[in-house]
Amino acid sequence: MSGAAAALLVLADGRFPAGGHAHSGGAEAAVKAGRVKDAASLGAFCRGRLHTAGLTAAALAAAAAAGHDPLALDEAADARTPSPALRRTARKLGRQMMRAARATWPCPELDALAAARPRGAHQPIVLGLAARSAGLTPLDAAHACAYENISGPATAAVRLLSLDPFDATAVLARLAPEADDVARRAVEAAEGDLADLPAASAPLLDITAEAHATWPVRLFAS
Amino acid sequence: MHLDHELDEKFPHRHTYSAAHPQRPDGTRRALRIGLGGPVGSGKTATVAALCRTLRDQLSLAVVTNDIYTREDAAYLLREAVLPPERITAVETGACPHTAIRDDISANLEAVEDLEDDLASQGAGPLDLILVESGGDNLTATFSKGLTDAQIFVIDVAGGDDIPRKGGPGVSTADLLVVNKTDLAPYVGSDLEGMARDAKEQRGELPVIFQSLRGEPGVGPVADWVRAQLADWTGKAAHAA
Ligand SMILES: Nc1nc2c(ncn2[C@@H]2O[C@H](COP(=O)(O)OP(=O)(O)O)[C@@H](O)[C@H]2O)c(=O)[nH]1
Ligand SMILES: [Mg+2]
Repeated sequence: MSGAAAALLVLADGRFPAGGHAHSGGAEAAVKAGRVKDAASLGAFCRGRLHTAGLTAAALAAAAAAGHDPLALDEAADARTPSPALRRTARKLGRQMMRAARATWPCPELDALAAARPRGAHQPIVLGLAARSAGLTPLDAAHACAYENISGPATAAVRLLSLDPFDATAVLARLAPEADDVARRAVEAAEGDLADLPAASAPLLDITAEAHATWPVRLFAS
Repeated sequence: MHLDHELDEKFPHRHTYSAAHPQRPDGTRRALRIGLGGPVGSGKTATVAALCRTLRDQLSLAVVTNDIYTREDAAYLLREAVLPPERITAVETGACPHTAIRDDISANLEAVEDLEDDLASQGAGPLDLILVESGGDNLTATFSKGLTDAQIFVIDVAGGDDIPRKGGPGVSTADLLVVNKTDLAPYVGSDLEGMARDAKEQRGELPVIFQSLRGEPGVGPVADWVRAQLADWTGKAAHAA
């Protein structure tokens, strides 16, 4: 389909209206704990996230884009998300992504998933299906997912720490080769058996997400 | 390339719940949605609370709040018991309240959608009106037409009587401008006539209401404006059905 390269830019744009702006990907909790305090520590945080939660999410997105059964993938995502708070977040964002995807690249597969999971499927799966509907490849979906996994925390860190936005963007630029690599690994994994999809996780992200969800005062929803 | 109207026919849910559409997916009329925006502390929550007290006996109402970093506004409305808890929802905005009401309205649409669905499934019948309060923001924050049908911009006399002169999208384009806390004008030396003149200059024929919630007639004139919007909306929805 023509326009696919630009469609990837539309999907991966931080302004794509799918709710991501209200989430920090764990950055708010890490900032509060003093683990992320400048560009260097933000880079370390994003790298850790990219190779763990990022890889797992990117593989789910690639598998959805490749045409695997989204409901089976949704179960696989639950199995890979031990934290109830993060499951809620993933489904909330999946529902928001679904709304945006159906408005931009409607297709029967999105309609079917929306009907089967009215409260939201895991976001990477909806993203993968949106990519598929936009005529994009599994690799495109994995790229979009991996990138979003690090761009979310970087944007949040700018707001939370008043970090120099040029430094935060440079963090993302430095991580680009690794993000490409994660996307490639995600696609390879998605070509195999569903049960063998990556299950990499960052326990500290899971633990802090649970605590963060109970904070009475916070800037980000997660 | 698909044409949009072709997509609309094949995928009707494409536009589900956008304010552009007067009906819910099941064909019933959806509630009128009115946004309240304006700077922090101007009296948005107080106006929402007063509207709820005035209208709740005649209309089926619900409220969505968009707090900046807490659930203060929702908590206040709950504490004041202006509506039962199932009719109040808080949306979290990630440090960017204007994004949630203008650039990425998905969380607010979801809140509105859940209120309508949940109340309908509890047998509370269809909602007439949903008030969406923005987290306090600057003078440029306006609601997307995809989220609300009309918007009220609330400023106050204590925030500086030059605000109407400065204009900005909120002051100049909102469907209703409310200048609140007129009771404080003598204490802060605000020139109400000057504010009215400046507002008229910025807004032309668009309405302006000077209000004090500390005395009579309180929220009455704003409530009347809301009723007129609703009458208009109900007429239009009946026409479309
Ligand atoms: N004197 C006076 N105070 C008011 C009036 N309306 C609201 N307030 C007070 O102004 C403060 C901020 O109001 P609030 O509704 O929370 O503002 P918001 O941030 O715009 O939601 C509260 O202490 C209110 O009680 C008014 O008409 N007159
Ligand atoms: Mg308020």
